[in-house]
Amino acid sequence: MTASSLPLTGLFRLGSRRARFLVERNIYVYRRTWIVLFSGFFEPLFYLGSIGFGLGALVGTVSGPGGQPISYQLFVAPALLASAAMNGAIAEGTFNFFFKLRYNKTFDAILSTPLSPGDVAVGELVWALIRGGIYAVAFIVVMAILGLVVSPWVILAVPAALLIGFAFGGVAMAATSFMRTWQDFDLIQLVILPLFLFSGTFYPLDAYPEALRVVVQLTPLYQGVDLLRSLVVGHLDGSLLVHVVYLAAMGVGGLLVVSRRLDKLLLK
Amino acid sequence: MPDLPPPPDAALIRARGLTKRFGSFTAVDAIDFDVAHGESFGFLGPNGAGKTSTMRMIGAVSPRSDGELSVLGLDPELAGPSIRARLGVAPQQDTLDTELTVRENLVIYGRYFGLSRAECGRRADALLEFAQLTERAGDPVEPLSGGMKRRLTIARALINEPDLLLLDEPTTGLDPQARHLLWDRLYRLKQRGVTLVLTTHYMDEAEQLCDRLVVMDKARIVAEGSPRELIERYSTREVAELRFPAGIQDSLDGQLDGLAERVELLPDRVLLYADDGEAAAVAVHQRGLRPETVLVRRSSLEDVFLRLTGRSLIE
Repeated sequence: MTASSLPLTGLFRLGSRRARFLVERNIYVYRRTWIVLFSGFFEPLFYLGSIGFGLGALVGTVSGPGGQPISYQLFVAPALLASAAMNGAIAEGTFNFFFKLRYNKTFDAILSTPLSPGDVAVGELVWALIRGGIYAVAFIVVMAILGLVVSPWVILAVPAALLIGFAFGGVAMAATSFMRTWQDFDLIQLVILPLFLFSGTFYPLDAYPEALRVVVQLTPLYQGVDLLRSLVVGHLDGSLLVHVVYLAAMGVGGLLVVSRRLDKLLLK
Repeated sequence: MPDLPPPPDAALIRARGLTKRFGSFTAVDAIDFDVAHGESFGFLGPNGAGKTSTMRMIGAVSPRSDGELSVLGLDPELAGPSIRARLGVAPQQDTLDTELTVRENLVIYGRYFGLSRAECGRRADALLEFAQLTERAGDPVEPLSGGMKRRLTIARALINEPDLLLLDEPTTGLDPQARHLLWDRLYRLKQRGVTLVLTTHYMDEAEQLCDRLVVMDKARIVAEGSPRELIERYSTREVAELRFPAGIQDSLDGQLDGLAERVELLPDRVLLYADDGEAAAVAVHQRGLRPETVLVRRSSLEDVFLRLTGRSLIE
């Protein structure tokens, strides 16, 4: 209730174990419609086939993290995993979340039970992460089959992909809580597409002039792309920690906002 | 049900000066009421009287703006989850989960209360039986009729075996047959000792289901008592309803004076309040007045409402 005016209480309430029941609810829903889950698996694979192997044949090698030359497929694959983690979390955090919030009245019914808005926010995000985690594992298995696993650090690519999902899922839910109509979602597309195209996803940052390079380095998807790429090729340095903190802060900030917004929207 | 039921006279809900404001609009204006254990208590009033806002405050999903409120001995502001764990809530608008089947709606809802999957399954099957929905268990929710959805909503509200069941306009929008079936189900719950709190703008519903009720109008409580008490206090035993040909009613001015304890001129009819409605109707004829139709009936809560507010309950 009004307790959410205290951020500390809000944070504390994000911890309730009841959030898991919301995950269970979503598993029930997808048990019947599991086929739609495949889209998130194939999306990065199609890009890898088309751009990684098709276009990559023309490109040859590029300079990877730390400057060593790597194959274009190895360069682009982790970036596609990062983008897929972002897209998956945003899809859950926007369309699905909006439907449950405004149309299905799912959350109104849930708040008549012991669950709180914080539980709802956490439950929804955890579900998005589980979904994202399955995709990440599947994609890395495909990378292994294609001979794109070159470092044991790749194992950390799974939690890193989850962190990207956490960051974008949290922010997407926070943004969605302010949306009034489906049309408002066009704005989100307007943000996602340039992030996808220009975050060092398809070519190294040195393609940009110095000033623009700094701008790209400040954008959120770049953190994820560079983090995953470094882990996949096994080039670890302190800058990765900055990426981790950046993404974690996004996720926590998003969660705090969305849980307070749910308080305001649902507990009138 | 709790292991140790509270003593029968303990108030399950106690409100003093309970107030809800939305910005500058006051939806509930300093109301007082108590609901006792095992009682069936109603809020009767037109749309916008503040009934739903009151129900949401009781349900610990809407913080009060002012006053005191205790539900099951706890403060909803501080103990929301503990209170909600023991409540069953059937909101005015169906909030069934359209992405789940009929049975899943019950099972998952039980899970939100922390019940084991096996227990949820057992209760879901029993409640489907109770709500006469067993044949529809595996169906999606959307194609169900309005009456079925209401029954499912009420069944869902019972999954945690609540101490207190809150029903907001339980039969609004249902056809008569569906309403009677629902009333029958609610009556059975009452027999089992479940405390019911309901809102309604149907006086027949209030008369059927409520042991005691408050009449709400414009955010305030204007009367309180059992349906019978309210009728005795604010109305006569019978009412004669007269309908005159168009235009005649306006020219009646004063001609009905003295024929009944009270005369009420409504846009479409005239109500004569008298203990003997038949006699009043005869007296109308003796004065040479010729209404098109005459109906003598017993007083209802509708008459109480009209008396208290000067307005008809359903406009």
